[in-house]
Amino acid sequence: MKLRAWFAVVALLGAPLSSFAQGELVLYCSVQEEWCRPMVAAFEKATGIKVLMTRKSSGEFYAQIKAEAANPKGDIWWGGTGDPHLQAAEEALTDPYVSPKLDELQDWAVRQARAAKFRTVGIYAGALGYSFNTKELAKRKLPEPKCWADLAKPIYKDDVQVANPNSSGTAYTMLATLVQIMGEQKAFDFMKAMHKNVNQYTKSGAAPARAAATGESLIGITFQHDAVIQAVAGAPVKIVSPCEGTGYEIGSMSIIKGAKNLANARKWYDWALAADGGQAIGSAAKISYQVPSNKKAPVPEQAPKLANIKLIDYDFAKYGSSAERSRLLKKWDDEVSKLPK
Amino acid sequence: MNGAAALAAAPFTRLPHALLAAATGAAVVGLLGHGFWSGVGGTPFGAWHYAALLALTVVFARALARCGAFVGDLTVSSIVVTVAALLGLFVFFPVGKSLIAALLDKNGAFAPSLAVERLLAPDIWGAGCLDGSGTHCGVAINSVMLATIVGFGTTLLGLILALAAQRGGQRFSGLYRVMAVLPIVTPPFVIALALVVLFGRTGLITSWLNTLFDIPRTRWIYGLTGVTLAQLLTFTPIAFMILHGALAAVSPSLEEAAQTLRASRARVFRTVTWPLLRPALANSFLLAFVESLADFGNPVVLAGNYEVLSTKIFFAVAGAQHEPGRAAALATVLLIFTLVAFWLQQRWLGKASYVSVSGKGDAGLPAQLPEGLRRGCVGFSMAWIVFTLACYAVILAGGFVKDIGRGDMTPVLSHFADGFAIELRNGWPVFIGSAWDSFLTTVEVAAIAAPLTAVIGLLSAYVITRQQFAGRRTFEFLTMVSFAVPGTVIGVAYIVAFNVPPIELTGGLAILIVCFVFRNMPVGVRAGIAALAQIDKSLDEASSTLRASTWRTLTQVVLPLLKPAIVATLIFSFTHAMTAVSAVIFLATAKYNLATVYIIGRVEAGEYPLAIAYSTVLIVFMLAVLLLVQRFTGSVKIGRRAQAEMVTGH
Repeated sequence: MKLRAWFAVVALLGAPLSSFAQGELVLYCSVQEEWCRPMVAAFEKATGIKVLMTRKSSGEFYAQIKAEAANPKGDIWWGGTGDPHLQAAEEALTDPYVSPKLDELQDWAVRQARAAKFRTVGIYAGALGYSFNTKELAKRKLPEPKCWADLAKPIYKDDVQVANPNSSGTAYTMLATLVQIMGEQKAFDFMKAMHKNVNQYTKSGAAPARAAATGESLIGITFQHDAVIQAVAGAPVKIVSPCEGTGYEIGSMSIIKGAKNLANARKWYDWALAADGGQAIGSAAKISYQVPSNKKAPVPEQAPKLANIKLIDYDFAKYGSSAERSRLLKKWDDEVSKLPK
Repeated sequence: MNGAAALAAAPFTRLPHALLAAATGAAVVGLLGHGFWSGVGGTPFGAWHYAALLALTVVFARALARCGAFVGDLTVSSIVVTVAALLGLFVFFPVGKSLIAALLDKNGAFAPSLAVERLLAPDIWGAGCLDGSGTHCGVAINSVMLATIVGFGTTLLGLILALAAQRGGQRFSGLYRVMAVLPIVTPPFVIALALVVLFGRTGLITSWLNTLFDIPRTRWIYGLTGVTLAQLLTFTPIAFMILHGALAAVSPSLEEAAQTLRASRARVFRTVTWPLLRPALANSFLLAFVESLADFGNPVVLAGNYEVLSTKIFFAVAGAQHEPGRAAALATVLLIFTLVAFWLQQRWLGKASYVSVSGKGDAGLPAQLPEGLRRGCVGFSMAWIVFTLACYAVILAGGFVKDIGRGDMTPVLSHFADGFAIELRNGWPVFIGSAWDSFLTTVEVAAIAAPLTAVIGLLSAYVITRQQFAGRRTFEFLTMVSFAVPGTVIGVAYIVAFNVPPIELTGGLAILIVCFVFRNMPVGVRAGIAALAQIDKSLDEASSTLRASTWRTLTQVVLPLLKPAIVATLIFSFTHAMTAVSAVIFLATAKYNLATVYIIGRVEAGEYPLAIAYSTVLIVFMLAVLLLVQRFTGSVKIGRRAQAEMVTGH
């Protein structure tokens, strides 16, 4: 009798899970979850396809897709910095697809797609930088940091937060940017010095912006658009474009090789590149202050203007390559993360 | 008893049964062997394969019984062989395979030198923090240090609470009962979350201290201090239950005798009570030690830069550095620690603490504590209980305010709306909240796993207590082994063993159910053993003299009397499946996500409000289930016995 009751319970609960939808899509989402959710909701409403979404940082999804290569569980990987997407493309973990929306995109997005032989495509761009909590700074009477070099100064001990470059594309972009600005040896010396000031290496790339906004950490190294979200919400943060120059990301999207719902994955791909579809959701939800890659998509007015920032000529092909990325990450693990504080 | 007659016949009547046993045994081995030999390229086993394997195993068991094994009892043989085979397939095989993975290199080739290098790596065993060089300690040293501190701490706190509860006067005894229920219904990281909300850099108490007394805000809660505090709060109720039961079992007449011989209260406590408590104290220490080693939920939130084995294993598998070999080496180290502790516990204390904690029904009142000690105990207990309840209150309140972690207390319901919104589309409710998927999957998996756990556990308990056969002690030990295996080790083992054919379960619902069934099985066994000890054997014997088979005795005489144990096992398995995290964090996927995994994801992204709201929903849901079941089945004793048996870490 009890068994029957259990089955009834299970059957009742199973009902809402069975959808009235046109199939499924397993989405690996690498932006903030507050952006993933409205994207999923909008897509489900537009197409009726049920989306099963998990959120992880781009480095983590790269590792997961690689681990699942023999039997892929995901269909499409959307968002996250371009370097892990380029590495996955190089290792043929993703499928090539030329979307009809490709000619509506900005040049840098198309270049990203070409570099990866159309295994990936740019969906947004944003500049790297850091933000600090102005109230905390004033309270502790510290000088404002303006350059990368300032972050290694002993006055900011325990005040810097940044993600772990292994899991976070954001932090890896910082690593590669520093290498391109200062040269590899000086960059690693700088990161060793900055290590003493780091209070925590988070897993998620955007978490330090939140920490700076709440005062949990004084300074957080993230993309500038992550900090803009906090500023627009009213947090006392100031965003800094470091004086030596800074790098930028091209957020990307890739279809996973061996996807079980390939047709639906391609539907998402096209919808995500449409100016009135996926490209508009982020700014409408006030969660994305990146520059969208579709030329006709609305650009949020608080988005940091790339033209006004001193950007370096970031070599995506080199620093997205499997060999270089693995080498730099290993070097960081061996030389920086193991140091005492 | 039926088989005995067959045995009495001439030996060569056994021959057909021996042949049948050999044939079916060979068929099982052949089927499995072919599957594993085909390896990655072969076809995965489907439902037909599993059904065939099960049928062959049962026929094998019965033929074996007819040959004389298990005293010729068909039912006992079927149960023992099937359960042993299931354990072998779903516990020993994965753990073994994952340990072997420590010996393989990136491409799967055998590399023993690499294994030695991994097992003895300085980031596991380095003693930098102890010898003053200022570097971090190895992860094994960290884990053992934490576990030792927590073991001593919880035992001490549990003793103080137990003394206060039993001998400190009768006030507030209801509070102690609340303490007993809490660990059942709480996901393991809830306390850690509460501590961050209270003591984090922008926490409530930190801000309050800063505003009032100008104490600077620091991140002191992240690291060894914070994890210790969280684990003390989480595991003290368990120590309390063990010591409370042990104190109750101390015969008051011994203490009275000492008092009539004019010993002072202090002397009675020192020379009579304390020696009788020592085994329970050691038991409590070892249990807390194992729980702390296996704990994943608290360290992942609070440990900061203080690495422990369970989190390091997780990051080695699920993080961006995907290194299964290294994860396997870490899992080996962790498993050795927990097995040693578990073995020590079984060896010294296994029998003494588990049997009949319900007290020896001695007339007489326990001696009062010396007055100073009594006041100290009661005062401290009250403070501790208030602190624990405050943590839960913070969690329950946190879902209803905008951002309790930042001190923003404007009441909102948006977090619940985010997670649990329901919309009406075309007249049908659509669960659009982001948390529904994981919540419903969790309930579904827990609901399917609970009855399976109860069935396997109680059947095993029956053969262990009621039947005599060669290998009974070994069988009992085998059923209890999964107590000792930490959740992270099982999680890694399942990924390594079940993601390639023939038994390809990863990414599906089945692997979650299987994981829960075999993780919680020891609880069913323990509950069954304890309950069966209360049922007199003469009932079984009466049934057999009336020529009922073992199966009939089992189903028509014993099982109806086991209802409380069945209900207790069902409830415990269900709630434990709802709150488990350390094993399933590896096994959950986008398609089949679980509540605890989803919450941890939110915590890592710094999105505390939704995590807290979701935890509230989980706690309330489980309390509701508990209360509902209690209403329907009358007095469900989730009392001390079930608590003393409850060992597994989450």
